[in-house]
Amino acid sequence: MTHFAAVVLFAFFASIVFGITQRETPRRMIRYGIYCFVLFVASAIVLSWVMYLIAR
Amino acid sequence: MATEENNIAAPGNGSQSVSQQGFVYLPLIVGWLVPGGGHFLLRKWGRGALLSGSILAMFALGLAMQGKIYAGAHDILDILGLAGDLGNGLLYFVSRIAGWGADQVMVTTADYGTRFIVVAGLLNVIAAVDAHNLRTGRKS
Repeated sequence: MTHFAAVVLFAFFASIVFGITQRETPRRMIRYGIYCFVLFVASAIVLSWVMYLIAR
Repeated sequence: MATEENNIAAPGNGSQSVSQQGFVYLPLIVGWLVPGGGHFLLRKWGRGALLSGSILAMFALGLAMQGKIYAGAHDILDILGLAGDLGNGLLYFVSRIAGWGADQVMVTTADYGTRFIVVAGLLNVIAAVDAHNLRTGRKS
């Protein structure tokens, strides 16, 4: 398993739980779950690039 | 008293009250012991299945990545890891009895696996509290 695959899986499952527990209606649950998933993955990509540039 | 009849105002309607009987902490306890169990108890089948599937999948992925199950606490990070692992409820105790999980983190993915197991426990606690909120009427 690649590191990115691990990040995506982590983001996917955590977002499902966040969506269900933090919102009340199904529509808002789905929207919040997608929002969390995008934030998880995007922040992982951005932080990876930052660490890559710092390490150079 | 938790075991007595609890009259809780329905959200958005102050004049009506929802009569609830039984032990209000039961969904919290069942939800902690069995991922999604609190929601199943409240007949929230869809939510329970999704929560259960997500938490079990994270726990199983953690084990598949040779993640470590914390057995004791030697320093502050171990205490936090143990607290997270305990959030898995029965899964943690079954894992300890069956000897699942690595004793030591040997590869990078095992470190990720350890975090997966800890986070699965923390998510399970969030799900159990959500079941409790549904039970008390704080959430619809």
